[in-house]
Formats: sequence, structure tokens, C-alpha cells
Amino acid sequence: MSTTTYRAYAHPLWRRLLLTREAAVIALVVLVSMWAYSNVPYFGDTLTLTYLLLDTTTILLIALPMTLVVITGEIDLSVASVVGLSSATMGLLHEHGVGMALACVVALLVGVVCGALNGFLVGYVGLPSLAVTIGTLALYRGVAVGLLGTTAVTDFPKDWTSKASQVIGSSGIPSVMIVFAVLAVVFILLLHFTPFGRGVYDIGLSSEAATFSGVSAKRTKLVLFVLTGVVSALAGIYFTLRYGSARGDNATGLELQVIAAVLLGGVSIFGGRGRLPGVIAGVLLIGVISSALRLQGVTVNVISIIIGLLLVLSVISTPVLARLSDAAARRSRAKRSSAGPQTVVSQ
Amino acid sequence: MTTPQTPQTDTRPEAETHDEATTLLVEPSSLPPRERLLKTLLHSREISIFAVLVLVILAATVKNPGFVFSASGWRDLLLTPSMLLVLAAGQTVVIITRNVDLSVGSVLGLTAYMTGRLFIDHPGLPVISVFVAGLVVGAVLGLVNGLIVGWGKVPALVITLGTLYIYRGIVLTWAGSSQVNASDMPAGFLSLGTKQILSIPVLFVVAAVIVVAVGYVLQTARSGRELYAVGSDPDAAVLYGLPVRRRVIAAFVLSGALAGLAGVIYAARYGTVSSDAGTGIELQAVAAAVIGGVAIFGGSGTVWGAAIGAVLLVTINRALPMVGISDFWQQALVGALIIGAIVLDRVLANRQARTLIEARDEQ
Repeated sequence: MSTTTYRAYAHPLWRRLLLTREAAVIALVVLVSMWAYSNVPYFGDTLTLTYLLLDTTTILLIALPMTLVVITGEIDLSVASVVGLSSATMGLLHEHGVGMALACVVALLVGVVCGALNGFLVGYVGLPSLAVTIGTLALYRGVAVGLLGTTAVTDFPKDWTSKASQVIGSSGIPSVMIVFAVLAVVFILLLHFTPFGRGVYDIGLSSEAATFSGVSAKRTKLVLFVLTGVVSALAGIYFTLRYGSARGDNATGLELQVIAAVLLGGVSIFGGRGRLPGVIAGVLLIGVISSALRLQGVTVNVISIIIGLLLVLSVISTPVLARLSDAAARRSRAKRSSAGPQTVVSQ
Repeated sequence: MTTPQTPQTDTRPEAETHDEATTLLVEPSSLPPRERLLKTLLHSREISIFAVLVLVILAATVKNPGFVFSASGWRDLLLTPSMLLVLAAGQTVVIITRNVDLSVGSVLGLTAYMTGRLFIDHPGLPVISVFVAGLVVGAVLGLVNGLIVGWGKVPALVITLGTLYIYRGIVLTWAGSSQVNASDMPAGFLSLGTKQILSIPVLFVVAAVIVVAVGYVLQTARSGRELYAVGSDPDAAVLYGLPVRRRVIAAFVLSGALAGLAGVIYAARYGTVSSDAGTGIELQAVAAAVIGGVAIFGGSGTVWGAAIGAVLLVTINRALPMVGISDFWQQALVGALIIGAIVLDRVLANRQARTLIEARDEQ
């Protein structure tokens, strides 16, 4: 394992970057987009781009903190329920005549509380996150449905709901993408350019070793779950405004889509591996494929098969490629040793 | 494992070799078997969750005696959990091996729709054949999961999340927007959903037989015990020479087959099957196992616990309106229950660890 890592550094930087999973996913996004652009009618329209981005924004947002959580070797299945709860909170407050700005702030605070409970149970009590967040998935969704019942609050002010699907100039890019871009930059800086981010990888590779090198696994996990909660709540606010409807069952089942996108982007479910650009490309890949297929009249069923296949293939490709490259390395080693030690000396 | 038959070893008394070979951390209990059984039962993780179940049923019955003491109440009490019982039994076996099977909901949807389709395309088909078909198709889908997880050495969570989408996509493609209605299925099949033997619903009998069979294998059979070994430490299990890959694949095949059977039960119970049958039920199956004390990281837990967990999950849902809580809050309570169960597990595990450490220090 370690020899593979060191050997990877024997290649020049450009080659190392090209051979990563992220590069493969990004290349796939570009290829699929180019194919769709020239073969699928209306795919090149700005309206298509607008809807593609509007539809994937929720997943794009939540995928950012989720990536960090998965890199520490944990998982958060409660995100979609936090979306629902934040949406229900907004609806309830609006119904009782609370101003929109205050309702949004409270919804975000609800996200903080939800994330903090997850983070406390996982980080400080040390419970397995898979079990904890299956529990809070039911809990948060249950509170959301309990608060609103089957009613939907839909009479949000027009100037707020129109903001959610507003487009920047004539570019077709929704203005909500600015929020996403800012958050993406923040998370990329946090994960890839700060000691905190290094700590996230350390915890994923070996929680004990991380503790010994001064990284507080407990605190890091708490922070990450709180971040996931807040961003999910933010996604909930967006979801509510975009569809102009606050319901307790908003975004049900979204958690698995987010996880699928994160894993597709090259993050290892065992933790310690993965990068944010790959994840963003993973979300966009699913978005582009769904959008292109839908324009061609392909229904949701084929899209779900393709997403599933991509997920399975992306995961089994790693061990298969590792085995192939190991075999190649063994062959080249065998060739070198048969050529004799003189060649090595002469180098 | 195999006793050596050479005369040299035979000369040594067996008890003595045993004492030399192993120093036991905890002495075997000196209590008579009956008391020991009682003590084990009282200390078991399952009893706490069973107590909660009894409380829930009691509370609902006090408010509304018909919850248990009417013909329909009694029937629903046993009939409603049947499907989840079957799923939870399969899920438990997979979780014990330190894996998870998220694709069961999609497998259930596929076989449920297939059941209806079989009756429409082949009128006059014997009822037993759809059960066989459900089991076989489920087993094949489970085998796909098992082969990828076992041979690819990749996390089951990801693979079964992928197959969740793939299998659901297959159902969606197959069914489209059409659905199977009760009128499409023979009366002999649909009556299974309500038929009773000695006032016990047939479907519950099926589920109970499966739970007992799986529980018996896990508790006593060598292959069953090996599943625990695989789950508590896969590397050690390999070193010990256990057929880890085969056991994991077998666990997935079983989980798939039982999910397939649950699909047939779904068709018999509800009569109408659309392409989204069983969506999201995979998390309920996992939740039932977790509530019942099955450790999510494998190696511990019983089917008995998972079965009680499954009944509890379903019963709470029905009991809440009886005690005057809007059933909108049902899911929140289930969530609190799951978290309570894992916290309880942690407390019990800590206590046991302390006891073992004390026992060691005393020596």
C-alpha cells in the first residue's frame, strides 16, 4: 500500500493530477456535456442550464460538508430530514406572522442544533454515525412532519421566492450559484489549505494516530456535523423558496442522492481519501446525465439505473485498477531485475 | 476442531489439557441450567426492548381494549409486522457480518410487482409458485450484491446503495406508470393476507417460522457462529481459516431471498402494487435491527432482538393514535427510540467491559 503511494510521486505533477479519480470524473462531465450539447436538442439552451443548476443546487450545497464528514470515515444520513425540518420551521414561523428574515435565521439555528446533536453523539459519546444518523433521520423528519402535519405553507412573499430562481443577467446561471460558489471556495480552502483540513484526512486514515498528533477527533467531528446541519438547513431554505412550499416531507430520500454523488466524486467511504473538486464534478455529472436524458424523453427509471451503475462501477474500479497497476509494477520490476543491476548503477 | 486419534495424546486426561490450554477469564456459571437461563434472559439486551413493546401494547390496550381484544385488532397486531419481520431477519444476518444491505426495499418492490405480473400473464398459476419465484429472484439479486462485495472487497454500503438505484430502476422500467390491482390476483392468493390458523394470521406464521429458523441457525449452527466471527474481526476470521467470502456472499443471498419473499407478502397483504412499493423500507429494516441490539459494526446481536424491534416499530405506529398522540409524531418517536437503543447498547457494553476488566484484575 505505502509503496504504491510513494511510487505515485515518481511521476511528474501533471501526470499525477491527470491520473486521479477527480480528473476522471471531471473529464466525464466534460465529455457527457459535449456529447449532449451536440446531440441532444435544447441541451445548449440557457434555460436548460438554468434548470439543471436550480435542480442540483440542493445536492451541491449539502455535498460540500458531507464530503468532509465522509473523509473522516463518518456518514450523515439525516441531511434530508434537516432540509425538511428547516423547511417546516420556516413554514410554521411564516404562518404565525414572523418576518421572513427572522424565519430564515431560526431555520439555520435549527440546523445548528440538529448537527450539534449528531456531532455530540458521534464525536463525544462515540456512537457509530451510521446508526445515530438513521435515528436522527427519523427523529428530525418526524418532528418536521409533526410540526406541520400534512399541511403545506405556500403563501411566501413573491419577492423572496422569485429570488431563489433568479438568473444573473442573461447568462442563464441562477444567482443562487453565487452562494454555492462562495461556500465551495470556503470549504475547499478549509479542507485543502488549512491544518483543520489536514486533521480531517488524518482522522479518516487513523483516528488514533490523529489524536496522538494533536488533532481532536471529537471536536473536529462535532464541527463537521454542525457544518452539515447548517448547510442542510440553508439548502432547506433554498428548497422552500424555490418551490414556494414548506412541507414536512420536503426532500425525502435526498440523503442517498447526496451520498451517491459524494462517493461518485471519488471519496472513499472508509475515509481519508477524496477531494472537493471531484465531488462537485460528481454532483454535476449526475445532474448533466439526468438533464440530457430527460430532454431526450428518457424517464426517471433509466436515470436511476445509470446512477446506480456509475456508483457501483466507480467503486469497483478502484480495486480493479490497483490490482492492474500492481501487476504492471511487478512485471516492470521483474524486467529490471532480469536486466541486471548494472543498468541501475549506470542510471 | 478434529480430535487427534494418536495414542500419545489419548493418554493425557482431557480435563487436564483443557485447563492447561486455556485460562478462562470468567468462570463458567455454577448455577443450575434453569436459573442460568432465567438469569441470561433477564440480563439480555432483548428483554429491555421487549418490555418497551409490552408497555406500548398495554398503554394502547388500556385506552382502547379493541387494540388487542378484538378480532381485527388482534389480527392487525400480528399481521402488520410480518413483512418487516422477514426483512429484519435478513438484514440482521448481513449486519452481523459487518455489512449492510440497503437494496432490500428495491428487491421487495421488484418481486412484489413480479408477483402481480406473473398472475396477470399466467392465469391459473399455483399460489406456491409465486413464493418460489420471489425467493429465487430475491436470492439472485442478493447474490449480485454478495459477489460484488465479496470479490471486489468494496464496502457493502456503497454497493447496495448502487443496486438500490439499479433494482428500483428495473422495477420502474418494467412497471412504468401501471400498477397491479387486487382484481389481477387470484382470490386464493389474496386471502393469504387475511387467512388465519387458530386465530393466528398465516403471513405471521410464515414470518415467525423464518425468524425462528434464522435465529436457530445463527445461535447453534457452525456456519451461523462463523458469521459472528466474520463480523467481529474479518481479518482474524481469515487467519483462522474461515471461509469469509463464502459466508458474506451467503448472508447477502439470504437477505435478498427474504426481501424477495417480503415482496410476495407485500402483494398478498396490500393487493395493489405500484412501482414504488417498498421505497425507504430498507432504513426501517436497519432500524429494527439496531433497536433490537444488533451492533451496526457487526459481530453481535440476535434475530430475536431484531424481530422484537421490527414488531415495536410497526406497533408504535398503530398505537400512537390510540393514546391520543397524532400519528404525525410517530416517526419522531421512532427516531428517539433508535437513538435511545444505541445509547443503551453503549452503556451496557461499557458495563460489561468494566466487569471483565475487574475479573481480570482480581486474578
